[in-house]
Amino acid sequence: MNLDTTARRAPHRTQLSRLTAGWQDAGRAATLRQHAATYGLLPTSSGRGGHSLLDEVAAARLTGRGGAGFPTGVKMRTVASKRGLRVVVANGMESEPASEKDQALLARAPHLVLDGIAAAADAVGANEAHLCLPRTRDWLIDSLLAAIAERQRAELDRVPVFVHDLPPNYVSSEETSLVHWLNGGEAKPTNTPPRPFERGVSKRPTLVDNVETLAHLALIARYGARWFREAGRADAAGTMLTTVSGAVAQPGVYEIEAGSGVGEVLAMAGADLAAQSVLIGGYFGTWHDISEVARLPFTAAGLRAIGAAPGAAVLYVLPPARCGLAEAARILSYLAGQGAQQCGPCIFGLPAIADDLAQLASARPEGDPIGRMQRRFGQIAGRGACRHPDGAVRMAESALRTFAADAHAHDRRRTCLTAQRPRPYPPQSRTAELDWR
Amino acid sequence: MSMKLEINPIACTGHGLCADLLPELVEMDEWGYPIIGDQVPSHLAVHARRAVNACPTLALRLTRTHRQQEKS
Amino acid sequence: MTVMLTSADAPISLTASHALAAGSSGPIQLWYTTRATGVVALVLLTATVALGVAGTARLETRAMPRAVRSGLHRNVSLLAVAFVATHVLTSIIDPYAGIGFASAVIPFTSPYRPLWVSLGAIAFDLMLAIVISSLIRRRLPYRAWRAVHWLAYACWPVALWHGLGAGTDSRLSWLLLLDAVCVLVVAAAVCWRLQLAPSADVRTFGILGTAGFVLATIAFVAIGPLQAGRH
Repeated sequence: MNLDTTARRAPHRTQLSRLTAGWQDAGRAATLRQHAATYGLLPTSSGRGGHSLLDEVAAARLTGRGGAGFPTGVKMRTVASKRGLRVVVANGMESEPASEKDQALLARAPHLVLDGIAAAADAVGANEAHLCLPRTRDWLIDSLLAAIAERQRAELDRVPVFVHDLPPNYVSSEETSLVHWLNGGEAKPTNTPPRPFERGVSKRPTLVDNVETLAHLALIARYGARWFREAGRADAAGTMLTTVSGAVAQPGVYEIEAGSGVGEVLAMAGADLAAQSVLIGGYFGTWHDISEVARLPFTAAGLRAIGAAPGAAVLYVLPPARCGLAEAARILSYLAGQGAQQCGPCIFGLPAIADDLAQLASARPEGDPIGRMQRRFGQIAGRGACRHPDGAVRMAESALRTFAADAHAHDRRRTCLTAQRPRPYPPQSRTAELDWR
Repeated sequence: MSMKLEINPIACTGHGLCADLLPELVEMDEWGYPIIGDQVPSHLAVHARRAVNACPTLALRLTRTHRQQEKS
Repeated sequence: MTVMLTSADAPISLTASHALAAGSSGPIQLWYTTRATGVVALVLLTATVALGVAGTARLETRAMPRAVRSGLHRNVSLLAVAFVATHVLTSIIDPYAGIGFASAVIPFTSPYRPLWVSLGAIAFDLMLAIVISSLIRRRLPYRAWRAVHWLAYACWPVALWHGLGAGTDSRLSWLLLLDAVCVLVVAAAVCWRLQLAPSADVRTFGILGTAGFVLATIAFVAIGPLQAGRH
């Protein structure tokens, strides 16, 4: 394949289709040729004029797009400083049910992600890379394998990329779960320390990054930190993908300028003006009144003051006719059934509060479910090996707070103020026989 | 320099010996799992060590911490 | 005058062994010590196993909190080690049975009642493994320690059968009664623990296995030690 390797001009500073360039037109995965036509090929380290990618990423202040928001430059530098041959793991699991951005990115621009993996491997000194995808998206796995084959024919990548299909469970996307599975174990979180950057795959220092983070890395490697920061408001840098769903006219994945206001993003998606509440950060996030968050930037720093975080940049607008408590109870029940069953407080605590919230949601409280929940929240959060119970507790707490009026009414066996009649509550899903290997 | 009591929540299966031996720092939740107060004052160090040795699944660990130890 | 005894001889009565001792080179106290420490060791090992099983069932009473039960298990086992060590040592020093250092740990090398003394060697080996691994527990991977500790379920029956087969006093009625009590205690503890298991298969096979072992022991005692002129 004869590809023109001259770097293309960087996208204009106000253009926000950096990752999503050509997605609407193409409608499917960009081929290597199309990818090269849009972005050019990834420059080699010498092609960057001697600036190390580690310096560029640090200067760009790129943060992780998987939910934790950790500074990517710091993580990469730490892995690069450890002894031994390193490993890169690209996290394409996206186990957050309300998120679709990683799926969309992998489906439309696989070569951006693969470029990112190659650049990261080069920068940290890795000699092998792994891309982890959920088993249930086999069409995506096939697509990525085809993209890798294209690149092999063009002899593009020095470091081999292995694609893996993992169990699609909620906690299996956690970085220690990935490492555990790659080491031959179950896709369940392990106790830390050590974290993967110290000792991960085959006991080697391992860089685990979300696929969107790696895609941004691929563009920083081409156009540099200064270009990256041309987009972004205030302290936020670059662009980000976000999934908006629920009571919105156009649900889906958007690429927005980092630092955009929450209200702006909701308006962009055509949120129902009568909607009052929004779930920020997905199942791992928190419920808020739209009025409370509309003017705040959709960033970790901007939302911290109200105890919220973008997470994997997920926004779900609660339809006006739906009862927030019922939604929260359904989500909590799901989370309770998705634990790895490794730590007592999570094994017993999550089903207990899921049961309490279900009672409240169905306006059939036994005793004092609110009191019980509030006592149990303190006994569950922070006592597992991973942050799964913490996230579940935080979501439940925020539901009690945001839907306090409903909770009050349901506690007195009155139906909610917003729903017209009590909704039949689906039975709590017991931990199904999940596959972990 | 002080001591810190850490628990491996995956290894812990709620045997409860730590609560017997170190009631000042270990409280049981309603499901029989220990809630550990992590700073160990020096007068309890002996008892903390006993609790660590008594755990049937070796889920407890006693470490020395310097004042500003980063949590990994 | 020394009398050469073969293992085919009938069990020795107390007076006969006196006469023997007067003639052979070992003091009778060594022989008595071996027998006595053997019996005490069996009782202590029975208590150890019972306490260990109670641990797996997470037994706790007002009189015996968890940490006390666990500490007792450890201390009783160490006491058992002391008695077993004495038992092994006196049996080696005492030239009467001709058991050397090797026979104490290597099976089928004893000139005296080789099969039954071998069981003792096996039980002793297992016990050493269990105790040493427990003493260095913090340095071992948890799964390795646990696997070795499970050998206790082999060690105790082997020690019991060693006592029944190699023991001089097995026919004595009070000792038979003591042996029966020990078997009852362990069997009851194991069965009680098994009925707490969630898996029906584990419960069934476990209880059947225990019952089988008890019956086998009774059968062995009947056709073995209780018979005159046994091997």
